Amino acid sequence: MEFTRRDTLAMGLGAAVLSMVPFRASAAVDAAVEAFTGGAEMATTGIELTAPEIAENGNTVPIAVNAPGATAIMVVAAGNPTPGVATFKFGPLSGSQSASTRIRLAGTQDVVAIAKMADGSFARAASTVKVTIGGCGG
Amino acid sequence: MASGVKPRVKVPKSAEAGEVVTIKTLISHKMESGQRKDKDGNVIPRSIINRFTCDFNGQNVIDVDLFPAISTNPYFEFEATIPEAGDMKFTWYDDDGSVYEESKSITVG
Amino acid sequence: MKFKALTAVAALMVAMPGMSLAEPDDDHLVINGDLEIVTKTAAPAHMEETGIDTIMSGWHFRADETQQLEMDDFDNPGMIFVDQAIDSWNAVEGSAGKSCASCHDDPSSMEGVRAVYPKWNEAAGEVRTIAMQVNDCRTTRMGADAWKYDGGDMASMEALISVQSRGMPVNVAIDGPAQAVWEQGKELYYTRTGQLDLSCASCHELNYGNMIRADHLSQGQINGFPTYRLKNAKLNTVHARFKGCIRDTRAETYNPGSDEFIALELYVASRGNGLSVEGPSVRN
Repeated sequence: MEFTRRDTLAMGLGAAVLSMVPFRASAAVDAAVEAFTGGAEMATTGIELTAPEIAENGNTVPIAVNAPGATAIMVVAAGNPTPGVATFKFGPLSGSQSASTRIRLAGTQDVVAIAKMADGSFARAASTVKVTIGGCGG
Repeated sequence: MASGVKPRVKVPKSAEAGEVVTIKTLISHKMESGQRKDKDGNVIPRSIINRFTCDFNGQNVIDVDLFPAISTNPYFEFEATIPEAGDMKFTWYDDDGSVYEESKSITVG
Repeated sequence: MKFKALTAVAALMVAMPGMSLAEPDDDHLVINGDLEIVTKTAAPAHMEETGIDTIMSGWHFRADETQQLEMDDFDNPGMIFVDQAIDSWNAVEGSAGKSCASCHDDPSSMEGVRAVYPKWNEAAGEVRTIAMQVNDCRTTRMGADAWKYDGGDMASMEALISVQSRGMPVNVAIDGPAQAVWEQGKELYYTRTGQLDLSCASCHELNYGNMIRADHLSQGQINGFPTYRLKNAKLNTVHARFKGCIRDTRAETYNPGSDEFIALELYVASRGNGLSVEGPSVRN
């Protein structure tokens, strides 16, 4: 196959990063959030979501959530085939309302965490994680 | 029963009464998401651990619902309050009905 | 204009906007708060002509989050497989009714082993890798079936054996009876092959620290093997990685356990002489 230099460069650049952020809101995510919150308003403070800016590998992405005073935290991935990630429910002997885990992200997308607080209110945090594909990593 | 499933947990051997300690848990499990296809193009059915609980002396510390987006070999780190000496019990529930358990004792004082 | 290999390589090495990962970092690896791991050290004498002064573990080329996974044995998913290997170690298998423990007692008896492998085995008259030695024990002394060279059982056992040498400097012999095999490995390392006309050195000696598409190229050290790769969420052995790497450069690759890979493993291990045994490590 014959490639011009322009073609080769374009392939190299194009293949490097899949950094198209899907801005269209996913219906499945909305449904999951609605089920958890009952449609209530969500504050933008009170919950912390820690996720890398660029995931070294989409198969195993470390994340952490922390919402002091929460009874439960739900995490969803807006760009995955199914949005559910995990729902953490804190029991009477939990030492804090925080948890860490590792998740799979199918591509660059928003990870969303919603906390249900003890007083019945909700808080939401989101983080855009860039997921790169293609290295010589085999 | 999924084969080769093995838990690995980090629990302090002792704590002060009322202390908050960090717990780390890992379990080897494929977490087949239900998105993959086999060589013939057939979807490999979902088969994951769908729930994880940690209890101490019968009281719940944390109860987690897992979905296919949790990575292979699920990992959880969280904090627990240790009011007195006792046993910390970890339970993982598999889609196929299997239940995996691990427990560790903690002394106090 | 014809497709040129060098043009392709140049095009692939595009520095990407927003990625400040070009240089390997300066972090310090301490496992479990007390085990110091040497991840950077002076290059061994035999690498004098390579232009590499400092050899570096693959750990330095990974993102902070990935590096952290290796710093605690309860964060490191590779350790679940070490636990599984302990069960294998104690399991009686084969016609002789023995387990590894029958002859070797505790896994701690393997201290120092990983650090010097691959090595020349006088009785067998060949250079042996750990996998060859394990299978020799299994078939000859246990009367058990050999394990698949790069299968899960073998990778887990290699991880258990590596842990016993963790923190000790890699120190494989490149002279004496192993020399011929070492020279063969060296030649393989520097020989360009395949559609992309690349050798191991093209990337790992001449371009470590650069990005190849979305990957941060390392020096290709194997002191951290077997390694838990985030990509396939399991332990990977050296030969499995060699095979994949060569296949990815669109060259004819070899099989795990082949003479070529044994030689290459010895040579590549020697490029890490001085770095600490780090396995099981965590990489992408």
